[in-house]
Amino acid sequence: MSEEPSKKQDLGKAVLEEIAPKNNKKTGKRRPFGRALVIPLLAVFSGLVLGAILIIVTDMEVYAAFGQSFGAGIKAAFNSVVVAYGALLRSAFGDPARIIAALEGGDALEIRRAFNPFLESLVVSTPYIFAGLAVAVGFRSGLFNIGVEGQLFIGAAAATFVGYTLKGLPAIIHLPLALLAGAAGGALWGFIPGLLKAKTGAHEVINTIMLNWIAFRLTDWLLAGPMRRPTSGGMPITPEVEPSAMLPQFFGAPIRFHLGFIIALLVAWLIWFLLFKTTWGFNLRTVGANPHAAKYGGMNIVKSTVIAMSLSGALAGLAGANQVLGITHSMAMGLSSGYGYDSIALALLGNSSPLGVVLASLLFGFLRNGATQMMVATKIPIDIISIIQAFIIVFIAAPALIRAIFRIKAEKADETVFVRGWGG
Amino acid sequence: MAPAASTKTTSKVIQPVSTRRKIIMGIVFLAFAAITLLVFLPKTPADLKTSFALTPGGLTRGAVENWVVNSRQTLMIISILTILLGIYQLIRGFGHRANAILGLVALMFLFAFLTFAAKGKSVNIGGLISSSLSLAVPIILGAYSGILCERSGIVNIGIEGMMLMGALVGALVGSVTKSPWIGLLGSILSGMLLALVLAWLSIKYKINQIITGTVINIFGTGMTSFISAKFMQTNEALNNTPMFTRVPIPLLADIPFIGPILFNNNLFIYGTILVAIILQVALFSTRWGLRLRAVGEHPKAADTLGINVFKTRYMGTLLGGMVAGFAGGYFTLGSVGRFDEMMTAGKGFIGLAAMIFGNWNPIGAFGAGMLFGFADAFGSKLSILGSVVPPQFMAMLPYIITMVVLAGLIGKGHAPAAEGTPYEKE
Repeated sequence: MSEEPSKKQDLGKAVLEEIAPKNNKKTGKRRPFGRALVIPLLAVFSGLVLGAILIIVTDMEVYAAFGQSFGAGIKAAFNSVVVAYGALLRSAFGDPARIIAALEGGDALEIRRAFNPFLESLVVSTPYIFAGLAVAVGFRSGLFNIGVEGQLFIGAAAATFVGYTLKGLPAIIHLPLALLAGAAGGALWGFIPGLLKAKTGAHEVINTIMLNWIAFRLTDWLLAGPMRRPTSGGMPITPEVEPSAMLPQFFGAPIRFHLGFIIALLVAWLIWFLLFKTTWGFNLRTVGANPHAAKYGGMNIVKSTVIAMSLSGALAGLAGANQVLGITHSMAMGLSSGYGYDSIALALLGNSSPLGVVLASLLFGFLRNGATQMMVATKIPIDIISIIQAFIIVFIAAPALIRAIFRIKAEKADETVFVRGWGG
Repeated sequence: MAPAASTKTTSKVIQPVSTRRKIIMGIVFLAFAAITLLVFLPKTPADLKTSFALTPGGLTRGAVENWVVNSRQTLMIISILTILLGIYQLIRGFGHRANAILGLVALMFLFAFLTFAAKGKSVNIGGLISSSLSLAVPIILGAYSGILCERSGIVNIGIEGMMLMGALVGALVGSVTKSPWIGLLGSILSGMLLALVLAWLSIKYKINQIITGTVINIFGTGMTSFISAKFMQTNEALNNTPMFTRVPIPLLADIPFIGPILFNNNLFIYGTILVAIILQVALFSTRWGLRLRAVGEHPKAADTLGINVFKTRYMGTLLGGMVAGFAGGYFTLGSVGRFDEMMTAGKGFIGLAAMIFGNWNPIGAFGAGMLFGFADAFGSKLSILGSVVPPQFMAMLPYIITMVVLAGLIGKGHAPAAEGTPYEKE
């Protein structure tokens, strides 16, 4: 990567500069691994603290307790957070007491039930891994892909279509075919803004936002018309995919843990290998870091941009295919719970490195799965996770804020971000 | 007022219309005419008539008789006009007015399509325009929010989040106080508050403004859904706000055709038209507007001349947030009377699209917003008329148009030059 400081930076480069661990210019030493973890950890911690504050201020019982006495109020507030986050942890990882009791009891169904929360969290993490990788690949190549949501829908639609139209194939052919269709659908939806950016300079942010909405309308139409299940009675839902196209589940009900998680880990490794161990990946990252230097070095920026956006879209498409083939087995509009926007948080939190994205995805998966059960137990809406995520992104994107809160010394002075708009 | 006049045309001069673009545009015009001539016309028998009702349903003031035309003749006239415009565009070119002419041609095409789809039947064109206007209100206001922020140099993709927040707060405050006015005040303030966060993070902490906007969208969605699920769904009294009612303007409401559509509406429609006029005048004919634009185009030059860049950017962004909050209030206080999760349904993003299509100009954005609103209203009309084109495809039109405009195929927009770049005072 070039060390040449450039004042006129591109959007993606600015993001990359902000998030990528880069060589310390003054000493030439790499930033220590521990230091790299400080900001993300503190950001997550601060996000959870703000979430706790939100739980307290929206809990009517706390106000009632404060009405009695100050001490009772503090106690009620503390209690409210402990109950909520306790329920979150238990339903994210499983209840240790229940696991021990189930193992002692030896009832197979009960053991599965006891271990289910943990495995379910992994299931929830899986689409996050794909979607987070999609944004990370974009960031690494200097592109901001806000269109993951749309690419995910198109990928899911393509995978579903292949899943239910092809019949009689063995699973060893059908499943990879359906997954590839998902990737191809997403790749097409990423290819369009990539090509437009490379050829006309149209900013990928606005184009991917527009393509998101086009994808929603398109799937709306597909589900209501051409792809509607004939027996659905007017409900916008597709037929169920053939069993040969489903991602196999490893355990009996109620555990939904399926092959998708392992595929996600493999894909994450593959992306790491591609980005950091091949010339091709080096080109991609160089174009992302400094397009001018890349151009002087004889690299093909048009090709790199198009490939990067297509790859990013393909990963997003895989996220959609994973959901359809692994969990829902048919497609409806409620497919995504906002993976597209969450994935931006994931890529930022994971420093745009595949390993980081996997870790961040696990965190979000456990949080979201925990929150689903927390909602049942404590009536705290699951949307609190989105709010916590918003805080986490702010803290990651503005390390200065975290430093100000926790009084950490700045390690380098030149952390300004230059972002270009989408006009020129 | 004098200095503004000389700067008014700069953006137009910088962007000469290329020959390729001119020709593509002309071909697009001719394509519209060709579809009218070759697809609609052969399927229209000569004796059928299309009847257009000109007054929105349920209104009596300023009502007029139905306008009945011969379907075939109307199609002929429209295609001839479009061909003439196309030929003029190919030979001489409309220059920077080409986008406006494209809008006109698109409207004529839609009219032709309506004539064709409703041949032998009746269609309420007054109601169509009226509902287009209602649907366009949040789009236009969203675009104005974007214009105010971006003309000052701050990219705002958080309009959707601000709108949602405005909608929620409007419903909540309106329900509690039983007053739509106080509810509206709440909407505007909540939009302003989120804009303050956007401005503060972008200006003080210099965070990537696209990330900040995304954060505002995530936060807006999460927070409104959280509050709605936690309080408003369990307690209906908190989600039952009085609304702004229709206020006919005396005399003006009695004008035939225009009266019922424009002057017999609620506050939000008058407000939108008022904001449009004020913004257009303020941006291009006052010292305030000149300074705002200078900060968005070249902050260093503006700073050298003694304009406070940071203050101006805060002001532009906060005003933008207020407009977005006002737009949010429209959903609950002007349209439905209650808050539902995700009720803005992407209107903030279409607003962004209208801003780009309108070339960051209030009048242009108004036209773009009307076109998008019309596409929306038209889509639902089509499903009633039982047309071949699915309404979902009509709903895609604004997004596709935006992408085409952005790609520079039909006239490239001119964004504020310093937009998205944090300013560093030296």
